[in-house]
Amino acid sequence: MAEILVVVDHAEGAVKKVTLELLTLARSLGEPSAVWMGSGASAEALATLAEYGAATVYVVEGSDLDDYVVAPKAEVLAQLVAEKSPAAVLVPSSAEGKEIAGRLAVKTNSGVITDAVAVDADLTATQSVFGGAVVVHSRVSNGTPIITVRPNSTTPEASAAAGTRVDVAASVSDAAKGAKVTGRTVAQKGGRPELSEAAIVVSGGRGVGGSEGFGVVEALADSLGAAVGASRAATDAGWYPHQFQVGQTGKTVSPQLYIANGISGAIQHRAGMQTSKTIVVVNKDPEAPIFELADFGVVGDLFSVVPQLTDEIGKRRA
Amino acid sequence: MKIAVCVKQVPDTWAEKKLKSDDSTLDRESAEGVLNELDEYAVEEALRLVEAHGGEAVVVSMGPERAGETVRKALSMGADAGIHVVDDNLHGSDALATSAVLAKALEGRGFDLIIFGSESTDARMSVVPAMVAERLGLPQVTFAQKVEVDGSTVRAERLTEYGFDSVEAALPAVVSVVEKINEPRYPSFKGIMAAKKKPVETLTLSDLGVEAAAVGLAGAWSAVADFAQRPPKAAGTVVTDEGEGGARIADYLVEQKFI
Repeated sequence: MAEILVVVDHAEGAVKKVTLELLTLARSLGEPSAVWMGSGASAEALATLAEYGAATVYVVEGSDLDDYVVAPKAEVLAQLVAEKSPAAVLVPSSAEGKEIAGRLAVKTNSGVITDAVAVDADLTATQSVFGGAVVVHSRVSNGTPIITVRPNSTTPEASAAAGTRVDVAASVSDAAKGAKVTGRTVAQKGGRPELSEAAIVVSGGRGVGGSEGFGVVEALADSLGAAVGASRAATDAGWYPHQFQVGQTGKTVSPQLYIANGISGAIQHRAGMQTSKTIVVVNKDPEAPIFELADFGVVGDLFSVVPQLTDEIGKRRA
Repeated sequence: MKIAVCVKQVPDTWAEKKLKSDDSTLDRESAEGVLNELDEYAVEEALRLVEAHGGEAVVVSMGPERAGETVRKALSMGADAGIHVVDDNLHGSDALATSAVLAKALEGRGFDLIIFGSESTDARMSVVPAMVAERLGLPQVTFAQKVEVDGSTVRAERLTEYGFDSVEAALPAVVSVVEKINEPRYPSFKGIMAAKKKPVETLTLSDLGVEAAAVGLAGAWSAVADFAQRPPKAAGTVVTDEGEGGARIADYLVEQKFI
Protein backbone atom coordinates (compact mmCIF):
# COMPACT_ATOMS: atom_id res chain seq x y z
CA MET A 1 0.00 0.00 0.00
CA ALA A 2 1.10 3.50 -0.70
CA GLU A 3 2.92 5.20 2.15
CA ILE A 4 1.36 8.37 3.55
CA LEU A 5 3.60 10.54 5.73
CA VAL A 6 1.84 12.14 8.68
CA VAL A 7 3.67 14.94 10.48
CA VAL A 8 3.19 14.51 14.23
CA ASP A 9 2.09 17.54 16.22
CA HIS A 10 3.27 17.13 19.78
CA ALA A 11 3.71 19.21 22.91
CA GLU A 12 5.67 18.29 26.04
CA GLY A 13 6.19 14.76 24.79
CA ALA A 14 2.50 14.09 24.23
CA VAL A 15 0.87 13.50 20.85
CA LYS A 16 -1.80 16.08 20.07
CA LYS A 17 -5.29 15.00 19.09
CA VAL A 18 -4.98 16.42 15.56
CA THR A 19 -2.25 13.86 14.87
CA LEU A 20 -4.62 11.00 15.70
CA GLU A 21 -7.18 12.56 13.35
CA LEU A 22 -4.58 12.71 10.58
CA LEU A 23 -3.53 9.07 11.16
CA THR A 24 -7.19 8.03 10.97
CA LEU A 25 -7.58 9.97 7.72
CA ALA A 26 -4.30 8.62 6.32
CA ARG A 27 -5.54 5.03 6.79
CA SER A 28 -8.21 5.73 4.19
CA LEU A 29 -5.53 6.88 1.73
CA GLY A 30 -2.83 4.26 2.21
CA GLU A 31 -0.47 3.08 4.94
CA PRO A 32 0.34 5.83 7.44
CA SER A 33 3.88 6.49 8.62
CA ALA A 34 4.18 9.04 11.40
CA VAL A 35 7.08 11.49 11.36
CA TRP A 36 8.15 12.68 14.80
CA MET A 37 10.48 15.68 14.63
CA GLY A 38 12.11 17.11 17.74
CA SER A 39 12.89 15.79 21.17
CA GLY A 40 10.59 13.93 23.53
CA ALA A 41 9.61 10.85 21.52
CA SER A 42 8.71 8.69 24.53
CA ALA A 43 7.69 5.03 24.36
CA GLU A 44 4.25 6.14 25.47
CA ALA A 45 3.92 8.65 22.61
CA LEU A 46 5.05 6.03 20.11
CA ALA A 47 2.53 3.56 21.49
CA THR A 48 -0.24 6.10 20.90
CA LEU A 49 0.86 6.55 17.28
CA ALA A 50 0.85 2.78 16.79
CA GLU A 51 -2.57 2.49 18.38
CA TYR A 52 -3.98 4.91 15.80
CA GLY A 53 -2.50 3.11 12.84
CA ALA A 54 1.10 4.24 12.25
CA ALA A 55 2.85 1.29 10.61
CA THR A 56 6.18 3.06 10.95
CA VAL A 57 7.27 5.96 13.11
CA TYR A 58 10.22 7.90 11.75
CA VAL A 59 11.86 9.61 14.68
CA VAL A 60 14.09 12.54 13.85
CA GLU A 61 15.65 13.88 17.02
CA GLY A 62 18.40 16.39 17.55
CA SER A 63 18.44 19.83 19.07
CA ASP A 64 18.54 21.54 15.64
CA LEU A 65 14.88 20.67 15.18
CA ASP A 66 13.91 22.31 18.45
CA ASP A 67 16.28 25.26 18.37
CA TYR A 68 15.60 26.81 14.96
CA VAL A 69 12.39 28.09 13.36
CA VAL A 70 10.62 25.78 10.84
CA ALA A 71 13.38 25.47 8.21
CA PRO A 72 15.13 22.38 9.72
CA LYS A 73 11.82 20.50 9.90
CA ALA A 74 11.10 21.24 6.24
CA GLU A 75 14.59 20.10 5.34
CA VAL A 76 14.34 16.79 7.22
CA LEU A 77 10.93 16.15 5.76
CA ALA A 78 12.18 16.85 2.24
CA GLN A 79 14.91 14.22 2.80
CA LEU A 80 12.28 11.70 3.88
CA VAL A 81 10.08 12.51 0.89
CA ALA A 82 13.04 11.99 -1.44
CA GLU A 83 13.90 8.63 0.20
CA LYS A 84 10.43 7.18 0.66
CA SER A 85 8.50 8.67 -2.27
CA PRO A 86 5.25 8.75 -0.28
CA ALA A 87 1.90 9.09 -2.03
CA ALA A 88 1.15 12.19 0.05
CA VAL A 89 2.27 14.17 3.07
CA LEU A 90 -0.36 15.20 5.62
CA VAL A 91 0.47 18.06 7.99
CA PRO A 92 -1.66 19.53 10.79
CA SER A 93 -3.04 22.90 9.71
CA SER A 94 -1.45 24.90 12.50
CA ALA A 95 0.47 28.10 11.80
CA GLU A 96 3.75 26.19 11.94
CA GLY A 97 2.34 23.18 10.10
CA LYS A 98 1.37 25.36 7.16
CA GLU A 99 4.83 26.96 7.09
CA ILE A 100 6.48 23.53 7.09
CA ALA A 101 4.17 22.49 4.24
CA GLY A 102 4.94 25.65 2.27
CA ARG A 103 8.70 25.23 2.52
CA LEU A 104 8.43 21.51 1.76
CA ALA A 105 6.43 22.34 -1.38
CA VAL A 106 9.18 24.66 -2.60
CA LYS A 107 11.90 22.10 -1.79
CA THR A 108 10.16 19.16 -3.46
CA ASN A 109 8.58 21.04 -6.40
CA SER A 110 5.19 19.90 -5.21
CA GLY A 111 1.76 21.43 -5.03
CA VAL A 112 0.36 22.28 -1.61
CA ILE A 113 -3.21 22.56 -0.38
CA THR A 114 -3.88 24.09 3.03
CA ASP A 115 -6.76 23.86 5.48
CA ALA A 116 -8.39 20.77 4.00
CA VAL A 117 -11.42 19.52 5.93
CA ALA A 118 -11.51 16.17 4.08
CA VAL A 119 -9.28 14.17 1.74
CA ASP A 120 -10.71 11.51 -0.56
CA ALA A 121 -9.01 8.24 -1.48
CA ASP A 122 -7.91 9.78 -4.81
CA LEU A 123 -6.28 12.64 -2.82
CA THR A 124 -8.91 15.20 -3.77
CA ALA A 125 -8.99 17.68 -0.92
CA THR A 126 -12.08 19.48 0.28
CA GLN A 127 -11.66 23.02 1.54
CA SER A 128 -14.23 25.25 3.09
CA VAL A 129 -13.30 28.77 1.99
CA PHE A 130 -14.52 32.32 2.45
CA GLY A 131 -15.66 31.55 5.95
CA GLY A 132 -17.37 28.34 5.01
CA ALA A 133 -19.55 29.96 2.36
CA VAL A 134 -17.97 27.98 -0.49
CA VAL A 135 -16.86 24.35 -0.62
CA VAL A 136 -13.94 23.71 -2.98
CA HIS A 137 -12.54 20.39 -4.23
CA SER A 138 -9.01 20.51 -5.51
CA ARG A 139 -6.08 18.28 -6.33
CA VAL A 140 -2.35 18.66 -6.41
CA SER A 141 -1.18 18.31 -10.01
CA ASN A 142 2.59 18.23 -9.56
CA GLY A 143 5.03 16.39 -7.29
CA THR A 144 4.04 14.81 -3.98
CA PRO A 145 0.69 16.12 -2.76
CA ILE A 146 1.26 18.11 0.46
CA ILE A 147 -1.98 18.69 2.28
CA THR A 148 -2.51 20.45 5.58
CA VAL A 149 -5.63 19.29 7.39
CA ARG A 150 -7.65 21.29 9.90
CA PRO A 151 -8.13 20.00 13.44
CA ASN A 152 -11.55 18.41 14.08
CA SER A 153 -11.94 17.32 10.44
CA THR A 154 -11.96 13.59 11.28
CA THR A 155 -13.02 11.67 14.38
CA PRO A 156 -9.96 9.78 15.60
CA GLU A 157 -10.47 6.02 15.64
CA ALA A 158 -7.94 3.57 16.99
CA SER A 159 -6.77 0.76 14.72
CA ALA A 160 -3.54 -0.75 15.94
CA ALA A 161 -0.54 -1.11 13.63
CA ALA A 162 3.08 -2.05 14.20
CA GLY A 163 4.36 1.45 14.89
CA THR A 164 7.90 0.32 14.21
CA ARG A 165 10.36 2.95 15.33
CA VAL A 166 12.87 3.94 12.66
CA ASP A 167 15.43 6.49 13.78
CA VAL A 168 16.44 8.94 11.09
CA ALA A 169 19.58 11.01 11.45
CA ALA A 170 18.88 14.71 11.09
CA SER A 171 21.27 16.43 8.77
CA VAL A 172 20.40 20.08 8.91
CA SER A 173 22.25 22.58 6.74
CA ASP A 174 23.62 25.84 8.13
CA ALA A 175 21.24 27.72 5.85
CA ALA A 176 18.29 26.22 7.73
CA LYS A 177 19.70 27.45 11.04
CA GLY A 178 19.16 31.14 10.33
CA ALA A 179 16.48 31.87 12.91
CA LYS A 180 17.42 30.67 16.39
CA VAL A 181 14.92 30.12 19.19
CA THR A 182 16.52 31.71 22.26
CA GLY A 183 13.64 31.22 24.68
CA ARG A 184 10.17 29.80 25.09
CA THR A 185 7.40 31.50 27.01
CA VAL A 186 4.33 29.50 27.95
CA ALA A 187 1.29 31.70 28.33
CA GLN A 188 -1.23 31.13 31.11
CA LYS A 189 -3.72 28.62 29.80
CA GLY A 190 -5.89 28.32 32.87
CA GLY A 191 -6.40 24.64 32.17
CA ARG A 192 -8.70 25.18 29.18
CA PRO A 193 -8.23 23.28 25.92
CA GLU A 194 -6.55 24.94 22.98
CA LEU A 195 -8.96 27.03 20.93
CA SER A 196 -8.24 25.52 17.52
CA GLU A 197 -8.40 21.91 18.81
CA ALA A 198 -11.27 22.18 21.29
CA ALA A 199 -14.38 20.05 20.80
CA ILE A 200 -16.49 22.80 22.35
CA VAL A 201 -15.93 26.56 22.07
CA VAL A 202 -17.86 29.15 24.06
CA SER A 203 -17.36 32.68 22.86
CA GLY A 204 -18.39 36.21 23.66
CA GLY A 205 -18.79 39.38 21.65
CA ARG A 206 -19.90 42.99 21.88
CA GLY A 207 -22.94 42.00 23.96
CA VAL A 208 -20.66 40.85 26.78
CA GLY A 209 -20.09 44.54 27.42
CA GLY A 210 -16.64 44.50 29.00
CA SER A 211 -13.82 42.36 30.31
CA GLU A 212 -15.62 41.58 33.58
CA GLY A 213 -18.57 40.31 31.53
CA PHE A 214 -16.37 37.52 30.17
CA GLY A 215 -16.63 35.91 33.61
CA VAL A 216 -20.01 34.37 32.68
CA VAL A 217 -18.63 33.17 29.34
CA GLU A 218 -15.64 31.54 31.06
CA ALA A 219 -17.85 29.93 33.70
CA LEU A 220 -20.01 28.35 30.99
CA ALA A 221 -16.89 27.21 29.12
CA ASP A 222 -15.49 25.59 32.26
CA SER A 223 -18.75 23.78 32.96
CA LEU A 224 -18.42 22.15 29.53
CA GLY A 225 -14.63 21.71 29.47
CA ALA A 226 -14.62 24.13 26.54
CA ALA A 227 -12.19 26.69 25.13
CA VAL A 228 -13.10 30.38 25.25
CA GLY A 229 -13.23 32.48 22.10
CA ALA A 230 -14.06 36.11 21.40
CA SER A 231 -15.29 38.16 18.48
CA ARG A 232 -13.15 40.87 16.99
CA ALA A 233 -15.33 43.55 18.60
CA ALA A 234 -14.41 42.10 22.00
CA THR A 235 -10.69 41.69 21.32
CA ASP A 236 -10.40 45.10 19.64
CA ALA A 237 -12.03 46.68 22.69
CA GLY A 238 -9.42 44.95 24.85
CA TRP A 239 -12.02 42.91 26.77
CA TYR A 240 -10.35 39.60 25.98
CA PRO A 241 -6.80 38.74 24.85
CA HIS A 242 -6.24 38.96 21.17
CA GLN A 243 -5.05 35.37 20.67
CA PHE A 244 -8.58 34.16 21.40
CA GLN A 245 -10.14 36.01 18.47
CA VAL A 246 -12.29 33.82 16.23
CA GLY A 247 -12.85 35.16 12.74
CA GLN A 248 -11.37 36.15 9.44
CA THR A 249 -8.51 38.03 11.08
CA GLY A 250 -8.22 35.53 13.94
CA LYS A 251 -8.50 31.78 14.38
CA THR A 252 -10.73 29.45 12.41
CA VAL A 253 -12.44 26.88 14.58
CA SER A 254 -14.61 23.94 13.65
CA PRO A 255 -15.69 22.36 16.94
CA GLN A 256 -18.51 19.90 17.60
CA LEU A 257 -20.33 22.63 19.50
CA TYR A 258 -19.98 26.40 19.28
CA ILE A 259 -21.90 28.64 21.67
CA ALA A 260 -21.98 32.30 20.56
CA ASN A 261 -22.95 34.78 23.25
CA GLY A 262 -23.67 38.40 22.44
CA ILE A 263 -22.16 38.06 18.97
CA SER A 264 -24.06 39.63 16.07
CA GLY A 265 -22.52 37.38 13.42
CA ALA A 266 -20.85 39.78 11.00
CA ILE A 267 -19.13 38.03 8.09
CA GLN A 268 -15.79 38.71 9.82
CA HIS A 269 -16.84 36.42 12.69
CA ARG A 270 -18.77 33.85 10.65
CA ALA A 271 -15.63 33.27 8.59
CA GLY A 272 -14.02 31.75 11.68
CA MET A 273 -16.78 29.50 13.01
CA GLN A 274 -19.37 28.78 10.33
CA THR A 275 -18.25 25.18 9.86
CA SER A 276 -18.87 24.28 13.51
CA LYS A 277 -21.02 21.14 13.64
CA THR A 278 -23.64 22.45 16.10
CA ILE A 279 -24.17 26.15 16.79
CA VAL A 280 -26.02 27.57 19.78
CA VAL A 281 -26.71 31.31 19.94
CA VAL A 282 -27.66 33.65 22.76
CA ASN A 283 -28.36 37.22 21.69
CA LYS A 284 -30.86 39.84 22.77
CA ASP A 285 -31.35 41.11 19.21
CA PRO A 286 -33.72 38.77 17.33
CA GLU A 287 -32.52 40.32 14.05
CA ALA A 288 -28.84 39.42 14.63
CA PRO A 289 -27.54 37.54 11.55
CA ILE A 290 -25.90 34.93 13.79
CA PHE A 291 -29.37 33.39 14.28
CA GLU A 292 -29.24 32.27 10.61
CA LEU A 293 -26.52 29.82 11.65
CA ALA A 294 -28.15 28.69 14.87
CA ASP A 295 -29.22 25.10 15.41
CA PHE A 296 -30.67 26.34 18.65
CA GLY A 297 -31.00 29.99 19.59
CA VAL A 298 -32.32 31.98 22.51
CA VAL A 299 -33.34 35.60 22.14
CA GLY A 300 -32.57 37.03 25.54
CA ASP A 301 -30.13 38.73 27.87
CA LEU A 302 -26.97 36.65 28.04
CA PHE A 303 -26.41 37.73 31.64
CA SER A 304 -29.52 35.81 32.70
CA VAL A 305 -29.49 33.01 30.11
CA VAL A 306 -25.83 32.03 30.34
CA PRO A 307 -25.52 31.75 34.17
CA GLN A 308 -28.74 29.73 34.19
CA LEU A 309 -27.32 27.43 31.54
CA THR A 310 -24.11 26.98 33.55
CA ASP A 311 -26.19 26.10 36.64
CA GLU A 312 -28.34 23.67 34.70
CA ILE A 313 -25.30 21.91 33.27
CA GLY A 314 -23.97 21.52 36.81
CA LYS A 315 -27.29 20.09 38.02
CA ARG A 316 -27.70 17.67 35.15
CA ARG A 317 -24.21 16.37 35.60
CA ALA A 318 -24.58 16.01 39.36
CA MET B 1 18.31 50.19 6.73
CA LYS B 2 16.32 49.18 3.73
CA ILE B 3 13.01 47.47 4.32
CA ALA B 4 10.69 45.82 1.82
CA VAL B 5 7.09 45.44 2.89
CA CYS B 6 5.06 43.03 0.79
CA VAL B 7 1.36 43.78 0.48
CA LYS B 8 -1.62 42.27 -1.30
CA GLN B 9 -4.83 43.77 -2.61
CA VAL B 10 -7.81 41.71 -1.45
CA PRO B 11 -11.59 42.05 -1.59
CA ASP B 12 -12.92 44.21 1.23
CA THR B 13 -12.84 42.22 4.49
CA TRP B 14 -16.53 42.85 5.10
CA ALA B 15 -17.68 41.91 1.59
CA GLU B 16 -18.99 38.52 0.51
CA LYS B 17 -16.30 36.81 -1.56
CA LYS B 18 -16.99 34.65 -4.61
CA LEU B 19 -15.21 32.37 -7.02
CA LYS B 20 -15.71 32.87 -10.77
CA SER B 21 -17.55 30.08 -12.55
CA ASP B 22 -15.30 30.11 -15.64
CA ASP B 23 -11.87 29.50 -14.10
CA SER B 24 -12.53 29.05 -10.35
CA THR B 25 -10.39 32.03 -9.42
CA LEU B 26 -11.33 34.74 -6.95
CA ASP B 27 -13.82 37.25 -8.33
CA ARG B 28 -11.88 40.44 -7.71
CA GLU B 29 -14.31 42.67 -9.59
CA SER B 30 -17.39 42.06 -7.46
CA ALA B 31 -16.01 43.72 -4.35
CA GLU B 32 -13.95 46.77 -3.59
CA GLY B 33 -10.23 46.00 -3.51
CA VAL B 34 -8.46 47.05 -0.34
CA LEU B 35 -5.02 46.73 1.22
CA ASN B 36 -5.15 43.37 3.06
CA GLU B 37 -5.91 44.44 6.63
CA LEU B 38 -3.21 42.22 8.08
CA ASP B 39 -0.64 43.89 5.80
CA GLU B 40 -1.39 47.27 7.37
CA TYR B 41 0.45 46.03 10.44
CA ALA B 42 3.43 45.10 8.26
CA VAL B 43 3.48 48.59 6.69
CA GLU B 44 3.22 50.21 10.12
CA GLU B 45 6.04 48.06 11.53
CA ALA B 46 8.27 48.93 8.56
CA LEU B 47 7.58 52.64 9.05
CA ARG B 48 8.34 52.43 12.77
CA LEU B 49 11.62 50.64 12.14
CA VAL B 50 12.63 53.24 9.54
CA GLU B 51 11.69 56.03 11.95
CA ALA B 52 13.84 54.42 14.66
CA HIS B 53 16.83 53.38 12.56
CA GLY B 54 16.73 55.52 9.42
CA GLY B 55 16.63 54.17 5.89
CA GLU B 56 13.68 53.57 3.62
CA ALA B 57 10.57 51.40 3.28
CA VAL B 58 9.69 50.05 -0.15
CA VAL B 59 6.22 48.59 -0.80
CA VAL B 60 6.20 45.49 -2.99
CA SER B 61 3.04 44.05 -4.48
CA MET B 62 2.09 41.52 -7.13
CA GLY B 63 -1.37 41.93 -8.56
CA PRO B 64 -3.47 43.23 -11.40
CA GLU B 65 -3.44 46.85 -12.59
CA ARG B 66 -5.90 47.80 -9.86
CA ALA B 67 -3.48 46.67 -7.12
CA GLY B 68 -1.61 49.90 -7.90
CA GLU B 69 -4.19 51.58 -5.62
CA THR B 70 -3.01 49.37 -2.79
CA VAL B 71 0.61 50.31 -3.37
CA ARG B 72 -0.46 53.99 -3.23
CA LYS B 73 -2.35 53.35 -0.02
CA ALA B 74 0.82 52.04 1.62
CA LEU B 75 2.76 55.00 0.22
CA SER B 76 0.18 57.38 1.67
CA MET B 77 0.80 55.80 5.08
CA GLY B 78 4.43 56.84 4.67
CA ALA B 79 6.39 54.27 2.68
CA ASP B 80 8.99 55.80 0.39
CA ALA B 81 8.71 53.94 -2.90
CA GLY B 82 6.85 51.10 -4.55
CA ILE B 83 7.41 48.08 -6.76
CA HIS B 84 4.35 46.70 -8.53
CA VAL B 85 4.65 43.41 -10.41
CA VAL B 86 1.82 43.36 -12.93
CA ASP B 87 1.38 40.95 -15.82
CA ASP B 88 -1.73 39.34 -17.32
CA ASN B 89 0.01 35.96 -17.20
CA LEU B 90 0.02 36.09 -13.41
CA HIS B 91 -3.75 35.58 -13.24
CA GLY B 92 -4.53 32.45 -11.23
CA SER B 93 -1.05 32.02 -9.74
CA ASP B 94 -0.76 29.74 -6.69
CA ALA B 95 1.30 30.47 -3.58
CA LEU B 96 4.35 28.74 -5.09
CA ALA B 97 4.33 31.00 -8.15
CA THR B 98 3.58 34.07 -6.04
CA SER B 99 6.55 33.36 -3.79
CA ALA B 100 8.80 32.75 -6.81
CA VAL B 101 7.81 36.06 -8.41
CA LEU B 102 8.16 38.00 -5.16
CA ALA B 103 11.57 36.42 -4.52
CA LYS B 104 12.72 37.55 -7.98
CA ALA B 105 11.41 41.07 -7.38
CA LEU B 106 13.11 41.25 -3.96
CA GLU B 107 16.50 39.68 -4.63
CA GLY B 108 19.58 41.75 -5.34
CA ARG B 109 18.10 44.99 -4.06
CA GLY B 110 19.90 45.02 -0.72
CA PHE B 111 16.89 44.74 1.57
CA ASP B 112 17.81 44.20 5.23
CA LEU B 113 14.32 43.13 6.18
CA ILE B 114 11.39 41.83 4.16
CA ILE B 115 8.16 42.23 6.13
CA PHE B 116 4.81 40.55 5.44
CA GLY B 117 1.45 40.46 7.15
CA SER B 118 0.69 37.06 8.70
CA GLU B 119 -1.86 36.07 6.04
CA SER B 120 -4.19 37.47 3.40
CA THR B 121 -7.86 37.65 4.30
CA ASP B 122 -8.89 36.06 0.97
CA ALA B 123 -6.69 32.98 0.45
CA ARG B 124 -5.71 32.66 4.13
CA MET B 125 -2.91 30.18 3.42
CA SER B 126 -0.24 31.94 5.47
CA VAL B 127 2.57 30.27 3.55
CA VAL B 128 4.06 32.94 1.27
CA PRO B 129 6.46 34.48 3.85
CA ALA B 130 7.93 31.02 4.65
CA MET B 131 8.16 30.20 0.93
CA VAL B 132 9.95 33.48 0.15
CA ALA B 133 12.41 32.83 3.00
CA GLU B 134 12.99 29.35 1.57
CA ARG B 135 13.57 30.67 -1.94
CA LEU B 136 15.90 33.45 -0.87
CA GLY B 137 17.75 31.29 1.68
CA LEU B 138 17.04 33.88 4.39
CA PRO B 139 16.16 33.36 8.07
CA GLN B 140 12.43 33.08 8.67
CA VAL B 141 11.15 35.14 11.60
CA THR B 142 7.39 34.81 11.18
CA PHE B 143 4.21 35.39 13.22
CA ALA B 144 6.01 38.09 15.19
CA GLN B 145 4.10 39.96 17.86
CA LYS B 146 7.16 42.09 18.61
CA VAL B 147 10.13 43.00 16.39
CA GLU B 148 13.35 44.74 17.36
CA VAL B 149 16.43 45.46 15.29
CA ASP B 150 19.77 45.83 17.02
CA GLY B 151 22.68 46.47 14.67
CA SER B 152 22.69 43.55 12.26
CA THR B 153 20.40 41.36 14.37
CA VAL B 154 16.63 41.09 14.40
CA ARG B 155 14.90 39.80 17.54
CA ALA B 156 11.25 38.89 17.63
CA GLU B 157 8.57 37.21 19.68
CA ARG B 158 7.07 34.50 17.50
CA LEU B 159 3.51 33.60 18.45
CA THR B 160 3.07 29.87 19.04
CA GLU B 161 0.23 27.60 20.13
CA TYR B 162 1.47 27.72 23.73
CA GLY B 163 2.63 31.32 24.02
CA PHE B 164 5.61 32.71 22.18
CA ASP B 165 9.19 31.88 21.23
CA SER B 166 11.97 34.45 21.43
CA VAL B 167 13.72 34.28 18.08
CA GLU B 168 16.93 35.84 16.86
CA ALA B 169 18.39 36.08 13.37
CA ALA B 170 21.07 37.96 11.47
CA LEU B 171 19.95 40.44 8.81
CA PRO B 172 18.84 40.16 6.08
CA ALA B 173 15.75 38.26 7.19
CA VAL B 174 12.13 37.63 6.30
CA VAL B 175 9.62 38.70 8.94
CA SER B 176 5.86 38.34 9.18
CA VAL B 177 3.87 40.21 11.79
CA VAL B 178 0.58 39.36 13.47
CA GLU B 179 -2.37 41.62 14.04
CA LYS B 180 -2.02 43.90 17.06
CA ILE B 181 1.75 44.14 16.92
CA ASN B 182 1.00 47.86 16.53
CA GLU B 183 -1.77 50.31 15.66
CA PRO B 184 -1.52 51.09 11.94
CA ARG B 185 -1.67 54.81 11.22
CA TYR B 186 -4.29 56.37 8.99
CA PRO B 187 -2.93 58.17 5.94
CA SER B 188 -2.97 61.94 6.51
CA PHE B 189 -4.14 64.34 3.80
CA LYS B 190 -0.52 65.36 3.40
CA GLY B 191 0.47 61.71 3.11
CA ILE B 192 -2.16 61.07 0.43
CA MET B 193 -0.93 64.05 -1.60
CA ALA B 194 2.72 63.07 -1.18
CA ALA B 195 1.99 59.48 -2.24
CA LYS B 196 0.97 60.65 -5.69
CA LYS B 197 4.52 61.83 -6.34
CA LYS B 198 6.38 58.87 -4.89
CA PRO B 199 8.15 56.59 -7.36
CA VAL B 200 6.50 53.27 -8.24
CA GLU B 201 8.46 50.88 -10.42
CA THR B 202 6.26 48.62 -12.56
CA LEU B 203 7.74 45.25 -13.45
CA THR B 204 6.53 42.54 -15.82
CA LEU B 205 7.44 38.86 -15.82
CA SER B 206 9.98 39.41 -18.55
CA ASP B 207 11.61 42.19 -16.50
CA LEU B 208 12.05 39.62 -13.74
CA GLY B 209 13.16 36.84 -16.07
CA VAL B 210 10.25 34.59 -15.05
CA GLU B 211 8.71 32.30 -17.67
CA ALA B 212 5.01 32.93 -18.19
CA ALA B 213 4.40 29.17 -18.24
CA ALA B 214 5.73 28.86 -14.68
CA VAL B 215 3.02 31.09 -13.23
CA GLY B 216 -0.70 31.73 -13.59
CA LEU B 217 -3.41 29.08 -13.76
CA ALA B 218 -1.41 26.87 -16.14
CA GLY B 219 1.64 26.96 -13.88
CA ALA B 220 -0.31 26.24 -10.69
CA TRP B 221 0.53 22.93 -9.02
CA SER B 222 -2.87 22.47 -7.54
CA ALA B 223 -6.10 22.80 -9.44
CA VAL B 224 -9.71 23.31 -8.44
CA ALA B 225 -11.83 20.39 -9.64
CA ASP B 226 -15.13 21.98 -8.71
CA PHE B 227 -16.68 24.27 -6.14
CA ALA B 228 -20.14 24.98 -4.83
CA GLN B 229 -21.88 27.43 -2.59
CA ARG B 230 -22.45 25.72 0.75
CA PRO B 231 -26.13 24.85 0.93
CA PRO B 232 -27.93 27.17 3.33
CA LYS B 233 -28.21 25.72 6.78
CA ALA B 234 -31.58 24.26 7.69
CA ALA B 235 -33.34 26.70 9.97
CA GLY B 236 -32.79 25.88 13.63
CA THR B 237 -35.05 26.44 16.59
CA VAL B 238 -35.08 29.95 18.02
CA VAL B 239 -36.97 30.68 21.23
CA THR B 240 -37.43 33.85 23.25
CA ASP B 241 -36.19 33.78 26.81
CA GLU B 242 -39.00 33.93 29.31
CA GLY B 243 -36.91 33.10 32.30
CA GLU B 244 -36.08 29.55 31.21
CA GLY B 245 -33.78 30.23 28.22
CA GLY B 246 -30.73 28.72 29.90
CA ALA B 247 -32.61 25.59 30.90
CA ARG B 248 -33.92 25.18 27.37
CA ILE B 249 -30.42 25.28 25.97
CA ALA B 250 -29.43 22.69 28.59
CA ASP B 251 -32.34 20.49 27.38
CA TYR B 252 -31.09 20.86 23.82
CA LEU B 253 -27.51 19.99 24.82
CA VAL B 254 -28.76 16.87 26.63
CA GLU B 255 -30.80 15.88 23.57
CA GLN B 256 -27.70 16.34 21.38
CA LYS B 257 -25.65 14.33 23.91
CA PHE B 258 -23.25 17.16 24.75
CA ILE B 259 -24.15 16.73 28.41
